[in-house]
Amino acid sequence: MTLSQPMRDRLAPWAAVVLLLVVWEVTIRAFNVPQYIFPGAIATVDALWTHSGPIGKHAWQTFWTTLVGFLIGVVVGLILGIMIGTSKFMYRTCYPLLVAFNSIPKVAVVPILVVWFGIGTVPAIITAFLISFFPIVVNVGTGLATVEPELQDVLRVLGAKKRDVLFKVGLPRSMPHFFGALKISITLAFVGTVVSETVASNQGIGYLMMSAGSQMRMPLVFAGLIAISAMAMVMYGAMAWLENRVTGWAHRQ
Amino acid sequence: MPELAVDQLTAADPASGQPFVEFRNVSLAYDETGNAIEDITLDIRRGEFIAFVGPSGCGKSTFMKLCTGLRPPTAGGVTVNGKEVTGPLSITGMAFQNSNLLPWRTVLDNVMLPLEIVQPHRSRLRKHRKEYEEKALAMLEKVGLKGYENKAPYELSGGMQQRASICRALIHEPELLMLDEPFAALDAFTREELWCMLRDLWQQQRFTVVLVTHDLREAAFLADTIYVMSKRPGRILESRTVDIPRPRSLETTYEKPFADLVLSLRTRIGAVRA
Ligand SMILES: Nc1ncnc2c1ncn2[C@@H]1O[C@H](COP(=O)(O)OP(=O)(O)OP(=O)(O)O)[C@@H](O)[C@H]1O
Ligand SMILES: [Mg+2]
Repeated sequence: MTLSQPMRDRLAPWAAVVLLLVVWEVTIRAFNVPQYIFPGAIATVDALWTHSGPIGKHAWQTFWTTLVGFLIGVVVGLILGIMIGTSKFMYRTCYPLLVAFNSIPKVAVVPILVVWFGIGTVPAIITAFLISFFPIVVNVGTGLATVEPELQDVLRVLGAKKRDVLFKVGLPRSMPHFFGALKISITLAFVGTVVSETVASNQGIGYLMMSAGSQMRMPLVFAGLIAISAMAMVMYGAMAWLENRVTGWAHRQ
Repeated sequence: MPELAVDQLTAADPASGQPFVEFRNVSLAYDETGNAIEDITLDIRRGEFIAFVGPSGCGKSTFMKLCTGLRPPTAGGVTVNGKEVTGPLSITGMAFQNSNLLPWRTVLDNVMLPLEIVQPHRSRLRKHRKEYEEKALAMLEKVGLKGYENKAPYELSGGMQQRASICRALIHEPELLMLDEPFAALDAFTREELWCMLRDLWQQQRFTVVLVTHDLREAAFLADTIYVMSKRPGRILESRTVDIPRPRSLETTYEKPFADLVLSLRTRIGAVRA
């Protein structure tokens, strides 16, 4: 069988998925692993199908929680990034703090958030935000700080204010960095939400997996995993699409 | 309403004695390592074309920054158009070795960039966009870029990018054009082509030009006056008036007076570098 090159490139990732599912199922069967330890692919897909109602409900909860946290992260990340990217003083003052802050494991913060806000959606949003804003700050900051001095001179000599330079040159030039960061951040935001939901919520995929796990309903746990990664992939794809639309000039061929 | 014809620019007035740019004992030190340029005194007439040559790192780009007000001098004073320079001067246009076109803008939008910054164009641009666009298109046509206005910069060759960059430097009709090795990255043929382009633009519009270059033939072909600078700290060693008659054609550069001039400059610089 011969396929055209573009066709093969398109099918390859799907073939890889199918192959993985087959290997998974075959391995589980070959070693006779019990379902409550490690369910096979078929059992997982079956769980995904039979419990699609509750999975959908909890997935939606996780999805919008993540999105809210992520959006706050984008706004805060942009503001902080512009601050440290346009002022050497702010850079020197804030950067060490930001790094220190970022190295705190976010799981450790969840219990504190629970004390402050109770269990539920709020700690999940905040965790998603906390985990997702840092890459944006760093990338936007770097993008702005590395604008060629000559490019700035061309504008400055015309009497451009700092604001003009920022909007005409700095920000557009940082867009590739920014979108690169968005792709990382959206994935991290899902991690943040789910971590918080497993510990401190009674809604969301994290909670679903936690409670299903405690009842030894492993196929459902795995179905939850798949739901998360599907959502993360869709959002990643959306970011990549947006990136291509907005910063096509950076990927010239 | 201001007239917007490209050709209409302040005419050269060699008659009036007042120099357009005046440097009086100017020095600049970036940091504690000492002066980058030192004790520069010179006059540039309105409409004059001057060239700076000198060894690398001698302060030619620094001179540009002083002239345009991007940097204040640490000693001495700079006057442009009768006024002490205290900040960026929007009557200047600049182009560098890198064309520095913004890759996310089309060629036309790149050329129009200064109009989004400099007054009075800035406030007029929205209402009179058509008119300004026509002006930019006319400029692009003049430098041989007709039909490329909607391309992205990376779709243009290096020489074409440099042409666009010079259009951008001239679109707001600056009285002073600063060129920092604008043709250094081009091949010999393209470079000579752009010399002629610049010569023609200058001859039509008679703005004042400060050209920094490493190419002595370029300096001799284009300039009225050539300044030779010393090694760091940069001082002016010599100012040489080029008396080859205008209009100059590329053939001139193969004639004896031209060759002699270039050779003597070459010898001078050789001595500086040693
Ligand atoms: N922003 C800066 N901070 C500190 N020193 C600088 C700065 N810019 C230039 N210098 C120093 O000033 C001196 C003159 O630099 P300048 O860029 O004016 O040289 P140039 O004549 O343009 O050299 P080239 O021909 O290589 O472009 C150099 O020794 C350089 O190291
Ligand atoms: Mg230089």
